[in-house]
Amino acid sequence: MGILFSFAVVIAIVLIVFAGVRGAGLNYLFAIIIPYLALLTFIIGVTYRVFNWGRSAVPFRVPTTGGQQFTLPWIKSNKLDNPHTSYGVIGRMILEVLLFRSLFRNTKAELHDGPRLVYGSEKLLWLAAIAFHYSFLVILLRHLRFFTVPVPTPIQFLEFVDSFFQVGAPLVYITNFVIVIALLFLLYRRLGMPQIKYISLPSDYFPLFLILAIVLSGIYMRYFDKVDIVGVKQITMGLVSFRPTIPDGIGIIFYIHLTLVCTLFAYFPFSKLVHMAGVFLSPTRNLANNNRMQRHVNPWDYPIKVRSYDDYENEFREKMKKAGIPVEKE
Amino acid sequence: MNLRNFLTEKKTLILSKWFNLILDTYPPETAKFFRNQDDPFRNPVGSTIFVGIEKIFDEIIKEKTDVAKLSIFLEEIIKIRAVQDFSASQAIAFIFSFKDILKDEINQADLLQKPATKEFLMDLHDFQSKIDLAALISFDIYMKCREKLYELKANEAKKMTYRLLQQAKLIVESPERDIN
Amino acid sequence: MATKGKPPKPEELSKISYTPPQRNWMDIPVEFKPGMYCHATRPKYLEAVGMPFPRDWSPADADWKLPDNWKEIILQGIKERLMKYRTFHVFMDICVRCGACADKCHFFLGGGDPKNMPVLRAELLRSVYRKYFTTSGKIFGKAAGARELTEDVLKEIWYYYFQCTECRRCSLFCPYGIDQAEITIIGRELLNLLGLNLDWIMGPVANSYRTGNHLGLEPHTIKANIDFMLDDIETITGIRVETTFNRKGAEILFIGPSGDLFGVPGNYVTMGELMLFHEIGLDYTWSTMACEGGNFGFFTSMEVAKKLYYKIYSEAKRLGVKWILGGECGHQWRLMNQYADTWWGPPDFLEEPVSPITGTKFENAKGSKIVHITEFTADLIKHGKLKLDKSRNDHLKVTFHDSCNTSRAMGIFEEPRYIIKNVCNHFYEMPESTIREKTFCCGSGSGLNAGENIELRMRGGFPRANAVKYVREKFGVNMLANICAIDRAALPTLMDYWNPGVDVCGVHELLGNALVMTGEIERTLDLRGEPLPGKGGAE
Repeated sequence: MGILFSFAVVIAIVLIVFAGVRGAGLNYLFAIIIPYLALLTFIIGVTYRVFNWGRSAVPFRVPTTGGQQFTLPWIKSNKLDNPHTSYGVIGRMILEVLLFRSLFRNTKAELHDGPRLVYGSEKLLWLAAIAFHYSFLVILLRHLRFFTVPVPTPIQFLEFVDSFFQVGAPLVYITNFVIVIALLFLLYRRLGMPQIKYISLPSDYFPLFLILAIVLSGIYMRYFDKVDIVGVKQITMGLVSFRPTIPDGIGIIFYIHLTLVCTLFAYFPFSKLVHMAGVFLSPTRNLANNNRMQRHVNPWDYPIKVRSYDDYENEFREKMKKAGIPVEKE
Repeated sequence: MNLRNFLTEKKTLILSKWFNLILDTYPPETAKFFRNQDDPFRNPVGSTIFVGIEKIFDEIIKEKTDVAKLSIFLEEIIKIRAVQDFSASQAIAFIFSFKDILKDEINQADLLQKPATKEFLMDLHDFQSKIDLAALISFDIYMKCREKLYELKANEAKKMTYRLLQQAKLIVESPERDIN
Repeated sequence: MATKGKPPKPEELSKISYTPPQRNWMDIPVEFKPGMYCHATRPKYLEAVGMPFPRDWSPADADWKLPDNWKEIILQGIKERLMKYRTFHVFMDICVRCGACADKCHFFLGGGDPKNMPVLRAELLRSVYRKYFTTSGKIFGKAAGARELTEDVLKEIWYYYFQCTECRRCSLFCPYGIDQAEITIIGRELLNLLGLNLDWIMGPVANSYRTGNHLGLEPHTIKANIDFMLDDIETITGIRVETTFNRKGAEILFIGPSGDLFGVPGNYVTMGELMLFHEIGLDYTWSTMACEGGNFGFFTSMEVAKKLYYKIYSEAKRLGVKWILGGECGHQWRLMNQYADTWWGPPDFLEEPVSPITGTKFENAKGSKIVHITEFTADLIKHGKLKLDKSRNDHLKVTFHDSCNTSRAMGIFEEPRYIIKNVCNHFYEMPESTIREKTFCCGSGSGLNAGENIELRMRGGFPRANAVKYVREKFGVNMLANICAIDRAALPTLMDYWNPGVDVCGVHELLGNALVMTGEIERTLDLRGEPLPGKGGAE
């Protein structure tokens, strides 16, 4: 149900754009108003989410430790998986955010003599996650060329590298293929593995379909139904310079692509996609295991009723004396 | 056709069918995991069952089945099922699945349509008896496991306060000890 | 060779409740299965520590006698905790259901109940969070993974949050560090707002509040018990070891789990420690009030946990010691490492811990002033301060079980291993994916080591037992060492069921066996009072 629903929503968006642009001629709405609104929603939404998490207190320092602690000088501690300094924490976060360290833990190969068949599917999860996220990043950065004049050298370099195995024109980007494969794999996991299917929600399928639609519309626009790049750049430059214009003759596919992207941006803060920002605030990862060295203060600590030693001794004094245990009051 | 040869020939197929039938007794999301993860330490239940049924199979098709060994192999699986969500009959029913697969395979191969030799029919009967025997043993094992659990419960409470019980006579006022 | 017709299935017998895969987990109501849950707490225990809604109720009953406004209480509780715990807030929001944690939980691995996949256990609560605290959940409801909080949902959360041992194994594999232990802790805190705790947890809590220890033993009994051990030590070594209680001016206060004072095999750990302290001439004392480093309050609510830990620093202060030495216990060390100082620190009346024997400064404990005994002992051995006869443990083939709390909330891996390797000749590791930070739980942690849920414990402990079975078959391992009192209570039962013949011990029992004491008689007995093979006594 969730699968069809999510898929239908994506299709509906495409149809709405089609009707809106072709039918009603609402080019201005789709090329200018929606992009601004989406971006605004994204910025305000994500800021709000991060701010909101940030408002929550961190009463205890509870890192999950993944290696030997800092201890006696002759025992080597694991500075990244069990950091006891801020540098260690930064290192751990870098590994986590850039290399998906924890996910990678899944990959150790072991003895194999049980039920055979598939193994290494967990390695694939890490690989697919890395492939997807990095392709997405590269593609996003590549798109900066639509928003800059002249196109900065690093972006040009990125394009050069991404199309390194180029044969013929237009440039074929590696990431375009990688991201499709990665997305299809991630989708397969959700649809084909009963365990994962069982835990999946519509909100897990929707982003996959949405991003897949974005990628496919992009690829279609680039290689098949070539849109007027100069015109597109006029729109994008108009958007960034706050002097929006809409040249004529830009294919409908561009509007579809753009609106899907806007949907993603607008949807982002309300969905699980905020994990991108949330990971930085995860207290089991971003804190050092140094509680015994440095005091951590609980900001909402409040006084509580305790049982004092006096109460204890008052109850047991006679028994303690009889047993020869020292007491405060004879 | 000799029954034993037939079964040896079909071993892989029979075992995989048997394994699947056993896994069908678990929720499907779980069954798939038990089936596919082949690391015995990441998937102890699936691998124990997988390895176990092969040993049981091998032992049963031997001419002289060693009952003591058979019991050990059965126990490895039944121990697990005795602490999972199964009734006694459900926990040991997997033995009978073997019979059903057997029937099915013999049917498939049309072994009974051809004039079945007396020897074959006797073998078949012997073989089914062995499975019945395995089922009966399984029932004993299951009971043993359940009794073991009750015994463990009782022992554990004792162990936790062992030293206290030991010197109970030394203690004048018996402390409040009602956490059980 | 595909068969055309499916083989006839032994329908009646071999099928258990077959759940069609299409069904959403939200549509599958919770079923209370015997052996999977514990008795409800008796009201008197709640009253003892001033917790709300004490009453007689039973999990199996349809009517849990909830207060009329129970829903408000829970929702208000969630709201409050979202602000109080960033962990909870972030973990409610950022899960992408990638499934990396799904097969990391010992209860799922051993039992196969899909709701024991950590992600789903979290979703039980997360779905309620979405319904009442997120825009998308309010608008889209089930399509956004949100659901109404009903009594059945509450019961489901109760059922599964007391099927989590807070071991943090899932957290290790989560790309965002989502920690089900943290969610369980907060989930249980919410349940405690309605008085929905276990007898097995609340009993020890009430006892601990009054007497300082979980069993409710009074001071004179504690002393009598340790005296009893001193007698045993004298029989074994010929040496009369002395110790003191509540002695002011001692240098060190020793606090271990009380389970090691009264239960087997924990008491052998205490004997080993008593012998060690005597041999090195340590100036230390026991406190009869702070005689329990364990804290079942941690399985109740943060406030109760803090309440029960008041005794630790207050007794150290009253007795005027310089620092605290903590014994072999798992969740005690979760607390001593991650909570004690925050709750009741700063302990500025104490001094930075220095080993009086070797002069080693325990740099990593300079703030909280609490040193783990294996850190202390490993340092002694490294400096050659102990005379050890490894051969006294030659009849043992030892493997080491890393406890969840000391592994994933501390990271103490090398210290205990260093000790074991110095006191035993035969030490074998279990497979890599089952030890150190990836260790499997004993299946009985976080207050679940009761009797009535023994099936749950046996299946939850199966992944651990399975790894022990491997080293037993491969190397003939017959002793499972550990540094946790719950392990020493739970693992013997686990081994008895899965791997009969494998015994369980603490690290300091092995040390006590190997420790050559000045003026001792020739040892013919081990600490358990059993003849040492090949050592004069008997074969």
